[in-house]
Amino acid sequence: MATHDTAVDIRGLRVSFDTDGGTVEAVRGVDLQVAPGEVLAIVGESGSGKTVTSRSILRLLPETATVKGAVLVGGEDVVRLDAARLRQLRGTQAAMIFQEPSTALNPVYTVGWQIAEGLRAHGKYTKKQARERAIDMLRKVGIPEPERRVDDYPHQFSGGQKQRIVIAMALALDASVLIADEPTTALDVTVQAEILDLLRRLRDEYGTAIVLITHNMGVVADLADRVAVMYLGEVVETAPVRELFAAPKHEYTKKLLAAVPRVELVERAAPESAAAEAVVEATGLEIEYPGRLGKKPFRAVHGVDLRIGLGEVVGLVGESGSGKTTIGRAIAGLAPVTGGSLRVLGTEMRGVKEREFRAKRRELGFVFQDPATSFNPLLTIAECVAEPLIVHGLASSAADGRDRVDELLDAVQLGGAYGDRYPHELSGGQRQRASLARALALDPKLLIADEPTSALDVSVQARVLELFEELQERFGFASLFITHDLAVVDRVAHRVVVLHRGEIAEEGPTDRVLGAPQDPYTRRLLASLPVPDPDEQARRREALAALQREAG
Amino acid sequence: MSTETRTPEKAARVRPRWWNRLPVLQQLRQSVGLQRGMLVVGLVITSVFVLVAIFAPFVAPYGYNQLRGPDGLFGAQQPPGPDHLLGTTVGGYDVLSRVIWGAQTALLVILVAIVLSVFIGIALGLLSGYIGGWFDRVTIVIADAIYAFPSLLLAIVAAIVISGGQSSLWGGILAAAISITVVFIPQYLRVVRAEVVRVKSEAFVESARVIGASNRRIMFRHVLRNSTRTLPLVITLNSSEAILTLAGLGFLGFGIEPSAAAEWGYDLNKSLSDVTSGIWWTSIFPGLAIVLVVLGITLVGESLNDLADPRLRARRKPAKTPAQAVAAEKPVAREEMGDVV
Repeated sequence: MATHDTAVDIRGLRVSFDTDGGTVEAVRGVDLQVAPGEVLAIVGESGSGKTVTSRSILRLLPETATVKGAVLVGGEDVVRLDAARLRQLRGTQAAMIFQEPSTALNPVYTVGWQIAEGLRAHGKYTKKQARERAIDMLRKVGIPEPERRVDDYPHQFSGGQKQRIVIAMALALDASVLIADEPTTALDVTVQAEILDLLRRLRDEYGTAIVLITHNMGVVADLADRVAVMYLGEVVETAPVRELFAAPKHEYTKKLLAAVPRVELVERAAPESAAAEAVVEATGLEIEYPGRLGKKPFRAVHGVDLRIGLGEVVGLVGESGSGKTTIGRAIAGLAPVTGGSLRVLGTEMRGVKEREFRAKRRELGFVFQDPATSFNPLLTIAECVAEPLIVHGLASSAADGRDRVDELLDAVQLGGAYGDRYPHELSGGQRQRASLARALALDPKLLIADEPTSALDVSVQARVLELFEELQERFGFASLFITHDLAVVDRVAHRVVVLHRGEIAEEGPTDRVLGAPQDPYTRRLLASLPVPDPDEQARRREALAALQREAG
Repeated sequence: MSTETRTPEKAARVRPRWWNRLPVLQQLRQSVGLQRGMLVVGLVITSVFVLVAIFAPFVAPYGYNQLRGPDGLFGAQQPPGPDHLLGTTVGGYDVLSRVIWGAQTALLVILVAIVLSVFIGIALGLLSGYIGGWFDRVTIVIADAIYAFPSLLLAIVAAIVISGGQSSLWGGILAAAISITVVFIPQYLRVVRAEVVRVKSEAFVESARVIGASNRRIMFRHVLRNSTRTLPLVITLNSSEAILTLAGLGFLGFGIEPSAAAEWGYDLNKSLSDVTSGIWWTSIFPGLAIVLVVLGITLVGESLNDLADPRLRARRKPAKTPAQAVAAEKPVAREEMGDVV
């Protein structure tokens, strides 16, 4: 048997789904092998079949799926196993780490109980033994004070710790194969670096085979030994990681690698108008969210001074919880300002009435993070883009404003025919371009873009960023570009503001902040960003470790 | 020529005809297997009921309050025979005619009750979900209080208040319909409110707010239309409940007098004493009518429910056509088919 040199052996896997519109082939003829102690990364766009392929290793597929081919895990063909044996195999042979740690844990049980549940499902453990094992696992994945924290509930842990606990659950039964489906996508870069370290340690110390699904080429460069590139349900290229990054063979791989944003430090001078006139001016800005009964209000932003000049693009960078989105929402009048002063387009936002601000809204555009939900699903794209025109009385109906709408859609490279489609008929990137068109409909002075590219695939992201740059040059609007991705900021912003826990850590021209950061937090943030180059990433990893030792 | 060059773009996206997108017909096309069977049976029963109700004057051999034919009185409690296919009641009415005319009363009550409760329920649900605050709390408390009330008791009170003890066709129908309405409004309110609260926090509503749209525009253009998808289901289930409530009222003696209209519950009530004396035809047929109509409407409702949920919906097995093969190739076309990519 081939069990000695392969942990997982996928042969001729085909998966199809029965949908309302007929059968859809998600995976067509995939062959993959993973050796023990090897990290195989599967990369590809959304819809390329990478998640379905990995899930078929545990046969975690919906009932509508039809699976053909063979998936050998430890010498057994998962595709043909009966339900009882499959249940035994799940957890003991192969285990899964999910993308979103906060939803993968049950909020009403302690983490110790949840780790022990996997143990109880596969053997006899006394309460005490199970608890000891749970504590042991928590220690292994680096949770401090595991004896005490084993009785804590999921909400008492941070996002990174939750992902560690999910990994601990996956490891509790000594699974020889770990399937990690975008394990760091929901996490901040600094936390991501820690989780990647943990996974690397598992591979080195326990010889665990890891199947890593990700769309982040930096993560691939950091962790993977071998890479399989998937495109439209097929593996187009498999190569050792160095070879792949140095000499990609397939056209699609080349395109994918070219699209990955890198920090390149281009000097970008703000237009002269920026110094003369400010569209947003915040001094000592404070934003608090009221706490629940008897609790102190939560202070999301405090003491922030921010200025956006006319025609200037300011990148607002920070990790989740840093208050960056809150600031964007306050500027758009979606979150109340509780202290300090915030002047937007000449209106003081502290205590402003919606009626007073409404007239100013035509000078303000907003692009939302998730293009899937930011369009009314019952209106066509043209009707959605015409909404601002109708609301501000520039058009009496969607048909009346159609000329302007077509002009806008042309500007974002969505020819007129797309206007008659409904939002769900467009891909993510197309929707985000339409979202840009809607934000620009009234020729605004200020555009707030809240993580506009984080829900998109890299290749799509590159196009949207390109378009954003082009439009900014053409229309000259000022913009607050909110993102967690430093490489994205580097592409578009004149000036960068780094937020940390509701306060400004550092600000300055983009090339200065990203090239020679002064603040230790900015430095750590930059060093945590994995770069799509395995050798350079190894060096950066050392540098980050040194930085962290320095910080203690 | 410019239109010519754009046609391939447009032709690539074939939108189903409007009649295929109608609520129930669309589901009928979508369904397969047992679910389709249930839906078809339900639809057949329901449409027979509706047709009989509409054409009652032509279908029924006699009037609902007719006691005598050309040959004099029908006679009470006549067994089924050539003159009276289903026999006559204790009051001397023709059972078949009463059952057929009863369908008309039932349909009217359903329509009036549904129309009233849908409009009031949706309006209240939209307002309380969108505005929130004290208005929401008060509305919900009242709705819950009505829930806590036994619905039949409430219907009896409403029937007495509305008809004042008098009985006429419209008085009776309105009494029944309004009492049913009162009981049903909280259901629509709850369903619509829950959806409105969900939709309200969606990004597209926020995006409308950022644009500067007025509350009224957001409420009606963006929120309302996205909050009504579960309504067809609730409506069908409530229609069957409406019939049961009407029959219950009639059975308890708060229905419509036989001289004003035919009503199944009333006939059942009057046939109570017949059962012990072996006269089966006076109770079986009105009872059967109630059971069948409730069954038909519930079948429609239940299968709509199953079909609306992608997890419960059965799907056609692979039927390879060139169009499907093409669709499987193109990611955009796949999304159009509702595939989660």
